[in-house]
Amino acid sequence: MDLFVNAIVAGILLGAFYAAVSVGLSISFGQLDIVNIAHPAFVIVGSYIAWILNSRYGLDPVLVGVLAAPIFFIVGALIYRIYYAAFERTGQESLSGLAFFFGVMFIIEVVLILVYGVDYRLVSAGYLSKNVDLGFVGLPLRLVVPFLVASAMTGAVWLYLSRTFTGRAILAVAQDRLALQLMGADPVRIKQFAFGLAIATTAIAGALLIMIGPVEPSLGRVYIGRAFAIVVLGGMGSIPGMVIAALLIGVLESLVSSFAGPSWAPAVAFGALLITLAVRPSGLFGRA
Amino acid sequence: MLKTRADKIFWAVLAAVFLGGLALTELVANEYYYTAIYAILQATIMAVAWNILGGFTGYVNFGSAAFFAIGAYTAVALDKWLGLPLPFLIAASAAVCGLMGLGVGYLTLRLKGVYFAIATLAMAIVLETFVTNWEYVGAARGVYILTPEKVPFFRSYIQLLFVVMLALTLGSIAISRALNSSRIGRGLAAIRDDEVAAECAGVPTLRLKLISTTVMGAMMGVAGAPYPFFVTFVDPLSAFNLFVAVNAIAMPMIGGTAHWIGPVIGALVIGGAQEAITVTISSELNVLVVGLMLVLFITLAPQGIVGLVQKWMKRRKR
Repeated sequence: MDLFVNAIVAGILLGAFYAAVSVGLSISFGQLDIVNIAHPAFVIVGSYIAWILNSRYGLDPVLVGVLAAPIFFIVGALIYRIYYAAFERTGQESLSGLAFFFGVMFIIEVVLILVYGVDYRLVSAGYLSKNVDLGFVGLPLRLVVPFLVASAMTGAVWLYLSRTFTGRAILAVAQDRLALQLMGADPVRIKQFAFGLAIATTAIAGALLIMIGPVEPSLGRVYIGRAFAIVVLGGMGSIPGMVIAALLIGVLESLVSSFAGPSWAPAVAFGALLITLAVRPSGLFGRA
Repeated sequence: MLKTRADKIFWAVLAAVFLGGLALTELVANEYYYTAIYAILQATIMAVAWNILGGFTGYVNFGSAAFFAIGAYTAVALDKWLGLPLPFLIAASAAVCGLMGLGVGYLTLRLKGVYFAIATLAMAIVLETFVTNWEYVGAARGVYILTPEKVPFFRSYIQLLFVVMLALTLGSIAISRALNSSRIGRGLAAIRDDEVAAECAGVPTLRLKLISTTVMGAMMGVAGAPYPFFVTFVDPLSAFNLFVAVNAIAMPMIGGTAHWIGPVIGALVIGGAQEAITVTISSELNVLVVGLMLVLFITLAPQGIVGLVQKWMKRRKR
């Protein structure tokens, strides 16, 4: 029973972190229709930046994530520029655009391997080894801190999209591009901004990833399935739906790895994705 | 079969290449050359297979490595269980991977193309997890395969596998060419250009897409089946290698996807360059070069090498 409660609590903490990894993809894939397979690769880059600054200067990983986010934003905006000019304008995003992001993902992974090798990397911070005891269950801070930061970031993105003028413009570009153009707004600029925002979230998500556990360059591949499963399951671009899907996947994975062994955990998200695609492609909360 | 002049030239070239391969086994004993050419042949089959769905039909398969690995593991499992001879193993791998292609296609090809791409990626990870936990074929540790010391007609088993692979490669090129110029090929091109219009014009889109995923899967299985016997060891990490999937996409994209010759040219150019870079510089760098070339070609020359040559020939005619 104790094991069960522990697994569920750990699953919820992990699920909130999965939401932080997926929130950017929910914007780029769910809202903008840009199938950014390289999204998890940027998360890994975020982890490596946190590792470098943490091991050299002892900076706190969360702080590094927040500081790196603006740089990631600019990189994301630049990538969208290239993507727009090469594929979206010519209507080739379905084949060449997909292959483009696949290539970007592959290049990021290979460059990380070439420069830093395939060793697992860790960050250290005083609080990461401590526990919070809630009586019935002990919570490691290395899961609690990412849970709090992830929830704050996901919540902030959701508030931004639903309350602010630019945020609503991003939702509008997803719904009706032409209408937006007739209102005098430039859809390309809004998409560029939104894609930058999506990539910026990976800087923080990456810092959280390396706090939870050690990171190596090819770890991103497992997160491709997780993040896409969560976005599709959540109903493509609905952020509350995405959060519920992330918690669901987190708890399921945690249960599977406590009761069937950790080597089966990666199959959970992918299995969920395949079943969702086959049975209800509009997701749990999408309109059918 | 030999209706036009182009047909005659095509079959003559295939026969010449095959005879050239046979002659090579008589003349050259150094096994390095067979290993290098085998790698290029394997990549050629994968590229040709990927292009049947990716180039002719316009659907992206990211899970090529999974088809390849399942082909390899089907052969390993049947070899261990029944000890069947190689041709049966290849046929069985083709059947298993063809069914796998049909299954994934049936589940996702009715949706938007993006979902098919993501589903193939997901399938690769699920299957890798299963094979990693499958004790019968060595699980994560991998499995060693014993190959016969002496074989009839050839100096070594490596040479025999090399000739088998050459025949399989030429066969898949012939199938791809036949598909490209047949009624099916025209139907696939119609799907690629505008699926809704094709459907309205009476093209049986779902059936054609399922045919092309099945053929693609079967060919990738065929490419994987002899692999464990060639390297005599296979583990999930090497069989489900992302590099296999990247090559399968990069070679047709760089060669040119619209024409059957595109993936062949891409595989020869990239495969040859890879072998050269591996020997002269390093094997890690060659992986990076493929990634960079893929991104550069699809952003700057989306029609690939074939497209560049066609453009150049048009300009010369003027």
